Amino acid sequence: MNPINEVQDIWAYLRTTPLLWLMLTMLAYLVGFWCFEKMKRSPIVSPVAIAASFLGVILLITDTPYPVYFEGAQFVHFLLGPATVSLAIPLVANFPRVRRAAIPMLAALIASSATAIFAAIFIAQAMGASDEAIRSLIPKSVTTPIAMGISEQIGGLPSLTAGLVVLTGILGAIIVTPLMNHLGFRDWRARGFAVGVTSHGIGTARAFQVHEVAGVFAAVAMALNGLVTAFVVALFSQLL
Amino acid sequence: MTEILKAFTFLLGFQFLGTAAVMGLGVPIPGPVAGLLFLIGWLGMNAPRPKLLKETAQGLIAHLSLLFVPAAVGIVQHLDRLALEGKILLTAVVVSTVLALIVGALTFVVMVRVTGALPKGEELRS
Repeated sequence: MNPINEVQDIWAYLRTTPLLWLMLTMLAYLVGFWCFEKMKRSPIVSPVAIAASFLGVILLITDTPYPVYFEGAQFVHFLLGPATVSLAIPLVANFPRVRRAAIPMLAALIASSATAIFAAIFIAQAMGASDEAIRSLIPKSVTTPIAMGISEQIGGLPSLTAGLVVLTGILGAIIVTPLMNHLGFRDWRARGFAVGVTSHGIGTARAFQVHEVAGVFAAVAMALNGLVTAFVVALFSQLL
Repeated sequence: MTEILKAFTFLLGFQFLGTAAVMGLGVPIPGPVAGLLFLIGWLGMNAPRPKLLKETAQGLIAHLSLLFVPAAVGIVQHLDRLALEGKILLTAVVVSTVLALIVGALTFVVMVRVTGALPKGEELRS
């Protein structure tokens, strides 16, 4: 067998194994995190965005379907479960803080999630988006599994919603720090809560990188927004 | 190491309980979120917990953003749609997210004034 074919054979084997895609996912994130550190942890550098673009380009170049990639990446993805559960620990540790701000949180939850939904519908409609795109856009601020369920119930495309959820998360995580600094918001609780409502887990991950208090409030916001939205939609779809 | 394994198993146990509960009750929330609520209840009652639970949680949370990479790569499945309606979708996402961030933070700060729950200590950015 000539060596070129051997290389091709090895590649043909490796590209379908979970190992390659798991390794590249870790590597891409480490590259993203390295950029983040190099830029003195600048909030506009998003390790998730860097890693995802890097991997997306590799998938396109190598003509690898997403499900093949996910075979390997699912091991990382799975850890979202225990990581979500583990948010209980900082939450309980900061419980007096959270309870003291109960009313501001509830008010901000309602105002912010309603703004996210109605502003998106309004803009998309004004710019002539398709009906299914608008429906897919509605649950974009909620964490992925809940958002996909809602999208399906209201006649959107769950997989498009998943993409929009991620996009919203990354954008919110990048925008939040410069925006809040520019507008002069100095209360970590308000900053964290706002990014948790609009940008779910990705916003929460960013908030924990910036300040623990912001992270705790982002986690509460994410959980509340997911719970409330899921129940409101479930209630409506039962009534209809 | 054994202590970390115990803590990790403990977290998986709560995820399992949460998942079982939402399936059994037919509630439309993800299992891990229900697991999170159960764990809040458990810790709130001061029930026993693994020694290194806090450290294990910190380890998972410190690189929480890594865990979103696989889902984020999923955008490649929607390049057709983005080529078609990308500008509209992106505008809608950016503008509504900026507005929702401002409205959220503003409402929070206003209600903090109203209720007198002013930020203290490390709650305020220096």
